[in-house]
Amino acid sequence: MTTADLLGKILQVVMGLAVFAAVVGLLIFLIDKAPKKGRDYWQLTAFLLPALLLLVIGLIYPAARTTGLAFVDRSGAFSLANFEWMFTQPQALQTLGNTIIWVILVPLASTTIGLAYAVFIDRSRGEKFFKAIVFMPMAISFVGAGIIWKFVYDYKSSGRDQIGLLNQLVVVFGGQPVQWLQTSPVNTFLLIVVMVWIQTGFAMVVLSAAIKGIPTEQIEAAQLDGTNAWQRFTNVTLPGIRSSLVVVVTTISIATLKVFDIVRTMTAGNFNTSVIANEMYTQAFRAGEQGRGAALAVVLFLLVLPIVVYNVNVLRKQREIR
Amino acid sequence: MSTTPADLPVPGSKLGAIELAEAGTKTHRVKRRLTSRTATIAALVIAVLWTIPTFGLLISSFRPEELIQSTGWWTIFQNPGFTLDNYRDVLLSGSQSSPQLGAYFVNSLAIAIPATIFPLVFASMAAYAFAWIKFRGSGALFIFIFALQIVPLQMALIPLLQLFTAWLRPGQNWLHDIVPIIPEQNYLPVWIAHTIFALPLAIFLLHNFISEIPGEVIEAARVDGATHGQVFFRIVLPLALPAIASFAIFQFLWVWNDLLVALIFSGGTQDVAPLTQRLAELTGTRGQDWQRLTAAAFVSLVVPLIVFFSLQRYFVRGLLAGSTKG
Repeated sequence: MTTADLLGKILQVVMGLAVFAAVVGLLIFLIDKAPKKGRDYWQLTAFLLPALLLLVIGLIYPAARTTGLAFVDRSGAFSLANFEWMFTQPQALQTLGNTIIWVILVPLASTTIGLAYAVFIDRSRGEKFFKAIVFMPMAISFVGAGIIWKFVYDYKSSGRDQIGLLNQLVVVFGGQPVQWLQTSPVNTFLLIVVMVWIQTGFAMVVLSAAIKGIPTEQIEAAQLDGTNAWQRFTNVTLPGIRSSLVVVVTTISIATLKVFDIVRTMTAGNFNTSVIANEMYTQAFRAGEQGRGAALAVVLFLLVLPIVVYNVNVLRKQREIR
Repeated sequence: MSTTPADLPVPGSKLGAIELAEAGTKTHRVKRRLTSRTATIAALVIAVLWTIPTFGLLISSFRPEELIQSTGWWTIFQNPGFTLDNYRDVLLSGSQSSPQLGAYFVNSLAIAIPATIFPLVFASMAAYAFAWIKFRGSGALFIFIFALQIVPLQMALIPLLQLFTAWLRPGQNWLHDIVPIIPEQNYLPVWIAHTIFALPLAIFLLHNFISEIPGEVIEAARVDGATHGQVFFRIVLPLALPAIASFAIFQFLWVWNDLLVALIFSGGTQDVAPLTQRLAELTGTRGQDWQRLTAAAFVSLVVPLIVFFSLQRYFVRGLLAGSTKG
């Protein structure tokens, strides 16, 4: 990077921010000077317009167009070929199957481990420190996490010293080193481990907060009744954190459906590890198959749709209560 | 929904209330040892398992190349060796084959800062309109925007890229002609894309917060003749600052850690591409250069880790509130 490059970059950022500030400032200044008649409408427009305009151009129109693209072939005629490809070709079916494995295993494992950990460390000495350790992966990028774990899974041919921890363990127990990321189907599960490693911290923090929200009287009452720890957990703790459990599971499910970076970084979707979000990128932006990419995006949307509907209903109820 | 001003309410959960309860019991709570011996051991095992991968990478990034490639990092005591060469190589070396992360680090910052400010300003304006300007259809429109937040990014990528190529590219070229120091490939598409994708969630969260500002405050100002512009700048923004800060941290990290948007809109050159994109590229082409990959990974992790350890409280709030994004 030369000094000129650096100057150019700084100039871009400064100009970008200055132009932005000028536009927003001018907008709000002008609107305060709007004609008295209908001033409220002018002001409303000024406040809402930038966001709405961006959403229409950048999200609503593209989403509609993507849906359209999914249903036409290359000549532009209506066709279901893209979906036919998705549900008949072995490679595409593998992608769908992998996505289903991901979306079952990741929420299940992250929530279970996160909940167990939250219960174990609850009110213990050093709780904050224990929390920070498991929550930390949440702060770093999926790409960084991918590299961290790729190093764990690294392979050297047998006879040489292993530098990947997993193969070292295999060797210590007398096995032969394995090319983990190239070996299907175990590689998909190893990628899932990375996502679980990241999402467990999220589950743990939310559930830990929920556990602390359970009134101590309930726990004490159960204790007086002579219950053991497991009974208290299933009869008092679990019902008490149900709504938080739902939030955790749905949130992690959505994140998992859209997982892209981990697969992209660690295997690029090769060796039968592809998932919908990665295949969408590969088809649309690497293979030039926009129709197939669009169809995959539509399927992704349909998969998250039930969760959207559920969340919107919750929001509606909240607003009615107010 | 919540009383502490910095709480971002989360849909469908009772986090705000829970955090308060936690604060309340803390005072009279006697810290005791972990529940039982089995639980202690299980917790320790999880904690160790969660730390080891990152720890191994960090250790390795300071080991000389030949040691990384021939011995495991756990043998550091049998095969000692410490060097900063890996970091020097990835950050400062100008040779063609080295990662040259300096430029990409600047790009990550240059992308993330404006891409945090732009959506927050637009979103707080829209949130103000939804909360304090009465108009027909306000409720329905708001719920519609809330629903938009879960439209996957993937739905928008292809057409948005086409739009940018058709309409934004000529503008970028024109800018390059006038100010030659700004390359034809500039940050504009990435900024705009990130701004758009952040809006639905940002509007929703900031609205929750801004709508809880006491109505008397705003009505009093309005009666005194303050315009909406004045109310927004002098009353709403200062009061909403804690919520804005929480969301800003989340958005900053989201952009810093993003790969997908960068891959599609940055063009992939040193002029624009952020660290994540460079890292992903390196793992693909130089997947066995562990002396470089380990150091490069840590260069990209430094900023999020600093944010995490220094602003943990805000970070947790922003993250919990924003975790459905994307």
